[in-house]
Amino acid sequence: MTDRSDQQALTGAASLIRALEESGVDTVFGIPGGAILPAYDPLLDSTRLRHILVRHEQGAGHAATGYAQATGRVGVCMATSGPGATNLVTPIADAHMDSVPMVAITGQVASTHIGTDAFQEADIVGITLPITKHTDFSWPVEMNLPGYRPVSKPHAKQVREAARMLTEAKRPVLYIGGGVLKARATTEFRVLAELTEAPVVTTLMARGAFPDSHPLHLGMPGMHGTVAAVTALQKADLIVALGTRFDDRVTGKLSSFAPNAKIVHADIDPAEISKNRTADVPIVGDCREVIADLVVAVQAEHATGRRGDYAGWWESLNAWRRTYPLGYETPEDGSLAPQQVIERLGRIVGPDAIYAAGVGQHQMWASQFISYENPYTWLNSGGAGTMGYAVPAAMGAKVGRPEATVWAIDGDGCFQMTNQELATCAINDIPIKVAVINNGTLGMVRQWQTLFYGKRYSNTDLHSRRIPDFVKLAEAYGCVGLRCESPDDLDKTIEQAMAVDDAPVVVDFVVHQDAMVWPMVPSGLSNDEILAAQGMRPDFGDGEE
Amino acid sequence: MSRHTLSVLVENKPGVLTRVAGLFARRDFNIESLAVGPTEHEDVSRITLVVTVEDHPLEQVTKQLNKLVNVLKIVELDPAASVQRELLLVKVRCDQETRAEVLATVQLFRAKIVDVATDAVTVEATGDREKIEALLRVLEPFGVKELVQSGMVAIGRGSRSIADRPLRPATPEDVRAHHEGGPHGSHSHSASNGARDTHNRTHRKQVSDHHG
Repeated sequence: MTDRSDQQALTGAASLIRALEESGVDTVFGIPGGAILPAYDPLLDSTRLRHILVRHEQGAGHAATGYAQATGRVGVCMATSGPGATNLVTPIADAHMDSVPMVAITGQVASTHIGTDAFQEADIVGITLPITKHTDFSWPVEMNLPGYRPVSKPHAKQVREAARMLTEAKRPVLYIGGGVLKARATTEFRVLAELTEAPVVTTLMARGAFPDSHPLHLGMPGMHGTVAAVTALQKADLIVALGTRFDDRVTGKLSSFAPNAKIVHADIDPAEISKNRTADVPIVGDCREVIADLVVAVQAEHATGRRGDYAGWWESLNAWRRTYPLGYETPEDGSLAPQQVIERLGRIVGPDAIYAAGVGQHQMWASQFISYENPYTWLNSGGAGTMGYAVPAAMGAKVGRPEATVWAIDGDGCFQMTNQELATCAINDIPIKVAVINNGTLGMVRQWQTLFYGKRYSNTDLHSRRIPDFVKLAEAYGCVGLRCESPDDLDKTIEQAMAVDDAPVVVDFVVHQDAMVWPMVPSGLSNDEILAAQGMRPDFGDGEE
Repeated sequence: MSRHTLSVLVENKPGVLTRVAGLFARRDFNIESLAVGPTEHEDVSRITLVVTVEDHPLEQVTKQLNKLVNVLKIVELDPAASVQRELLLVKVRCDQETRAEVLATVQLFRAKIVDVATDAVTVEATGDREKIEALLRVLEPFGVKELVQSGMVAIGRGSRSIADRPLRPATPEDVRAHHEGGPHGSHSHSASNGARDTHNRTHRKQVSDHHG
């Protein structure tokens, strides 16, 4: 505790900096401006806060998110009033959708000018109301949230009921989401999975929460999930959903999702439970406590000789897994397949690195073709789907975890939205690596145009295999620029990028334009309609083909 | 679709009403009636909201309301177990010929004349929705020149308060008891205060320490 006379001597701005320091914050990403100048002045004297001067406030916001996702600590970003603050709106919405802990500090015009359309005034509190947990006009001397006390301890009776259902189920699935990572419950979860021997599916937000190499793991469910994961959920008689929210990208057409499954749904947020799919056994609680209690409850079931028998279920699951593995075709013209680039990258770089993806085809391929073995190694914008997330998020992750290799896997469209932060990386010694999966087009939109709009490619061609020259761009930013256009050079180029450790590296992987993400459940359709590849519906032996 | 009356205890701070109303607007729910005012505790305001919606989406909104940092407690009030009142001020055309009849109507409804002009009177009435609607039906033929109506306020019948206990800083024991109950745990919360205390319909939060 600081003594009173000391506190009285501090200005509001100085107490803000002090509060950040005392809260254990070590990094702030931001850009100063007129209204936030009072806070930037004491920042200059702080020995405990590292401020990283970004090139655009959106970069500061996503960097704070990447930092938070990689470290589990709160990310902090700072901007001035008006346009500085509104440039933070996208990253705030992004962090809100993915439940990433972030504090955004913005300046505001003098209190005497508020509401008068003063220079650089925006009603940032009003603008961010629906996408923030809490906003405050004053300096946040206290960083805790008044009145907000989530229930963390799960109800014992509900947990026992869930364990009993797991024992009795014939076709259970453990469906886990980002909440398992947020609650830092991956160790506990692995114990639960191995204890029950039930199959596991990990959502886009949960990649890395359970090792991809684990035999119980069926992969990712949802629109671009594996056939085995999607079908397991569809045909399950029990779904145990942990820290996940039955997102529309997972369920497909909700009314036909997992029609025969009973639902156990555990989440820290009661508003998520039964929001989309009604839960038969709702459990409100912190995922780590829920899972730990579930382990005990399942052990108790086993102790009385009651144990789930899923042998028949595993026969089906293994058959789907064997018959419909993830795969891709290599282009006949000898050019690079984007999936191949990402697969080799994951293989060569390995599971200890952190991968931050943008949004689109490359994001899906990065979730599919890299084997995630460790938690907090996969960062992406899952809920909001924010293009431009990857470079600044990778920057934030590298600042938070400097010992780790951090790769941004970006598309050429995404990359052109936020690549100005390469300057920040080069100047501040943040040697991230960027793989630009350059197909010259807004690939995912183009894929939908191919499939659903009669190949009418309205405004998706970016010509970015011609302009800009990503190698020159990288070099202009003080980064190492590399290019790879042939499968023969692929491994060599990745190894070359890995050999650089004193500067950011950008690799322009020029890939085939027509590659598509498979499997796919077309938007709005039932997950029963999953296509393993174009025009190929798997044969489940249900006679519906 | 059914009509629901929600009583929401919130921190008395700027922007709280916007947050609460915003959650309804986001779901495209129309708030039929809204009243905000002080409570027995100076840091706490009470919002009374009337909405006509399906049960399931309302439950979702209620849960989301409960997540708002500034929302302390939400209770749905059952009309049968609560007193519900609206205030009406209505300016009715009224001349020599109709005056007696207007006055008789006003008396019949236990309303009052609060202002008189040569060609109109202003009537003040309080009552539940049905009474106000009935009064208006009778007054309409005389000619309604202007009408203003408050949002509904409502309070549970019986001796218990909406907060179970006076609104004061929560002790750690209160918080623990609350958590052990859990939103899904028991249905033991008393319904004697007029609150329809089923499932998740009633959500309670403690008034937090910083009020102390």
